[in-house]
Amino acid sequence: MTEMFRDKVDVALTVNGEPVEARVPAGQHLIDFLRQTVGLTGAHASCEHGVCGACTVRVNGEAVRGCLMLAAQADGAEVWTVEGLSDSAAIADLQEAFVARNAAQCGFCTPGMLVAAEELLSQGGLPSRAEIREHLSGNYCRCTGYEAIVDAVEDVARARGGEDVARARGGKGAA
Amino acid sequence: MSIAFGNPDRPNSYIGKTVPRPNITKLVQGRGRYVDDIVLPRMVHVAFVRSPVAHGKITGIDIEAAKTVPGVLRVFTGADLAEVCTPWVAVLAHLKGLKSPPQHPMALDRACWVGEPVVAVVATTRAAAEEGAALVEVDYEALPAVTDTMTALDKTTPVIHPDMGDNLAFRRLHEEGNVDAALSTAHKVVTASFRTARHTGVTLEPRSILVDWNPAEGQMTAYHATQAPHMMQTVFAKHLDIPESRVRVICGDVGGSYGIKVHVYPDEVATATIAKIMGRPVKFIADRLESFTTDIHARDHEIEAKIAVDAEGRILAIDVDDWTGIGPYSVYPRTSAIEGNQVVNLCGGPYDFANYRAQTTVVFQNKTPTCQYRAVGHPIAVAITEGLVDMAAAAIGMDPVEIRRRNMYRDDAYPVTSPAKMRFEGLSHHASMDKLMEIMDYDALRADQAEALKQGKRRGIGIASFIELTNPSPFMYGIGGARISAQDGCTVRMDPDGSVVALSGVTEQGQGTEAMLSQVVAEGVGVSPSKVRVITGDTQVTPYGGGTWASRGAGIGGEAALQAARALRSSILEVAAAMLQADQGLLDIRDGQIVDTQTGETRMPLEELGRIVYFRGDTLPKGLPRELVQTRHFITMDYPFAFTNGVQASYVEVDTDTGVVTLLKHWCVEDCGRVINPQLVDEQIRGGIVQGLGGALFEEIHYDEDGQLLNGSMADYLVPMAAEMPDMVIAHVETPTKESELGAKGAGEAGTAGAPAAVMNAINDALRPLGAQVTEMPFTPERILRALGTIHD
Repeated sequence: MTEMFRDKVDVALTVNGEPVEARVPAGQHLIDFLRQTVGLTGAHASCEHGVCGACTVRVNGEAVRGCLMLAAQADGAEVWTVEGLSDSAAIADLQEAFVARNAAQCGFCTPGMLVAAEELLSQGGLPSRAEIREHLSGNYCRCTGYEAIVDAVEDVARARGGEDVARARGGKGAA
Repeated sequence: MSIAFGNPDRPNSYIGKTVPRPNITKLVQGRGRYVDDIVLPRMVHVAFVRSPVAHGKITGIDIEAAKTVPGVLRVFTGADLAEVCTPWVAVLAHLKGLKSPPQHPMALDRACWVGEPVVAVVATTRAAAEEGAALVEVDYEALPAVTDTMTALDKTTPVIHPDMGDNLAFRRLHEEGNVDAALSTAHKVVTASFRTARHTGVTLEPRSILVDWNPAEGQMTAYHATQAPHMMQTVFAKHLDIPESRVRVICGDVGGSYGIKVHVYPDEVATATIAKIMGRPVKFIADRLESFTTDIHARDHEIEAKIAVDAEGRILAIDVDDWTGIGPYSVYPRTSAIEGNQVVNLCGGPYDFANYRAQTTVVFQNKTPTCQYRAVGHPIAVAITEGLVDMAAAAIGMDPVEIRRRNMYRDDAYPVTSPAKMRFEGLSHHASMDKLMEIMDYDALRADQAEALKQGKRRGIGIASFIELTNPSPFMYGIGGARISAQDGCTVRMDPDGSVVALSGVTEQGQGTEAMLSQVVAEGVGVSPSKVRVITGDTQVTPYGGGTWASRGAGIGGEAALQAARALRSSILEVAAAMLQADQGLLDIRDGQIVDTQTGETRMPLEELGRIVYFRGDTLPKGLPRELVQTRHFITMDYPFAFTNGVQASYVEVDTDTGVVTLLKHWCVEDCGRVINPQLVDEQIRGGIVQGLGGALFEEIHYDEDGQLLNGSMADYLVPMAAEMPDMVIAHVETPTKESELGAKGAGEAGTAGAPAAVMNAINDALRPLGAQVTEMPFTPERILRALGTIHD
């Protein structure tokens, strides 16, 4: 079989800091590879059109739709999912804020939402609520109505900027 | 001993406080376990070939090519499954006249909507199953499709099910007083048509089920994203001829439900049937197109309505003619007549008036079946009622808040029976309205609106009062013959180390059920919530219950948990009294310690009591009961439903050049009785509001006249995004129900009930000076511009 028509592709990448080598179907999406082959079920497949963001993972430092990228395209990439970001404590403050503010209900969108939020937070500064809302508009949540998520991200931005978040929040939300 | 809810400093005062959800940490770490995360040995996948036509006779099925695909193991037709699974008929005896034909897991000789399952392809991978499904050839002889609701009963319209006689599924007329007399003599009569669009739930986790059948044990195990595990246990047992005790439904983490996952879906029953035939685990995960064409739809109503008022703004009569199209089958087992029935029950709900007439007409059509979706019927009834009230206020030149105050039931009027014959135990419309005025600063907002107008900005304020049906008794389904449990149970036990496990029949869909239960049990027993492990969603271990629907988890499941916890507390204290040679009545349990009630002095930790009971029972008196596990069930008996009430307000800006509506802010005051966890209640309200806002501004399933669904992706069916949503201010009035010690009513649907009406009234408040009005949801830019006369056909 020629290179052009090969239906399986060898890939070597790092996922959550660990090397992964696999032979993947040419048409397999990154999200399916991560979930089915690597066993990382944190990110989810949902709309399958790159609209809802439930499959969002970090690829080479950017938040990427796992349903729009092929596993074969991830050859050589550095991929981080919610599992690795949890184990490394890279987003521990963001996760704590989500818990404190009840910014997750069913939790299906949450892993993708966290990756998207961290992408904004990692840019530094104190984004406005409107900017937070704009940045998260590629990540749908059908449960929360978004306000708690915006609150949580805003809290983390303030805390990372050195503010006393409990005072800024004025007792809203978590007791 | 009853709980002193009035004293926030009482011992173990967890009910009424925000405590963390025990199951949220795993979700933020991606450690949830949804059905699609589960992989079983020898598991296979099923993909369905679905009807591409809205109505067609199946004249031939060729499965040979599909069987040649590597990985494809079996291909099933509807006839194959009908040999194993019996059909169902979705009617309820108390909905008189409701009819629906028998329905099978897959179509037999005729397909009746685009998306109906016709052939099932089973393969070792989902990809292979899909590849096989693409090669199945089904021949259809086109039959005429019925798609329009309002002409479905016309003599010239084809009858979808000839055996049924006509396309009428259900009709109910309710009349109270003399509406015609009131209309003919009233100071003002306002007439309006309303339209609510066809919605679907768009759960981010699509419908998901994994069923295993072990023929050696005669045991079926279904991992199912469902709201009602016991109901599904009963359904699988009944239609696949298995004893209920041999069907185990496990409901782990569920990625959003909102009513979508409380129904019996043909493809899910087909999956269970195939598992029983093949004797191995079969997984079905709907893809997004399947979600749009086969998840239940809802809210597709067209209404003509009138309101009559006197010169002082008193409501004299309300007259409603409601029509809805439900697809080709009533959905099993809750039926598709409930939504229309709710519209009849709920219109005019907050108001004390005498003359009421409402009729709902429910017709068959060749579209996706509709059924109960969050706040069933409420968004429709509230839009009709509150739209009419605002129009009446405008017609007599009265402030919209004032007209409501003149008509709402007085807060001391209860108990009272409404003209729709709904019985209200205790509501707080006036206190809620007063609180709303306070938190939104109504007068200041009116001033802001006037100021904005000077700058050319069209802003509007919309108010919507509402009632909400919660805590249903068997009057909702059971009396109609459906095996849907209105009671619920909880088992609470103490383990040897003094920690507590609670097993409940209500389920967690993300709303915080397990947190609520942990608080209630913690307070009931006398331990910290962190010592309570809550187990839900497993029919093999939890007491039989109804699950999550009609805002019943806290009110029904919470009360069962409280009673079980109190019973365990008594059992523990009985043992403690014997061990300590003390009077049981003088002992209490606080933070996991047996204490002297009067002094608070610690007498013994629970783990010592556990050690003695479980390992040194020989040292206790013979015959002393030591039952450290207690089960209690709860059912409401005094009222068919526990109604809640509330009022919402929306502040919007309408761009009259583009037709775009911007939501500036939203308020809700809500009375769900006892608030168990303020944060979780507020977040249920906020999430519910945003689903209502989606219906008001974005959500609409489109069909063409042939019954083809036109917007079956999340790129085309719009749901609210973060950037478009406003911040929401939530406040509460608490009128506990007297039916239970806990006093909790439901909170999960109130937001959705009132939000669309509030937005509609706000838009119309902004447009009224221009002589424009919108009543057809969603209020898209196009509809706004048409109302303004900017565009016309």
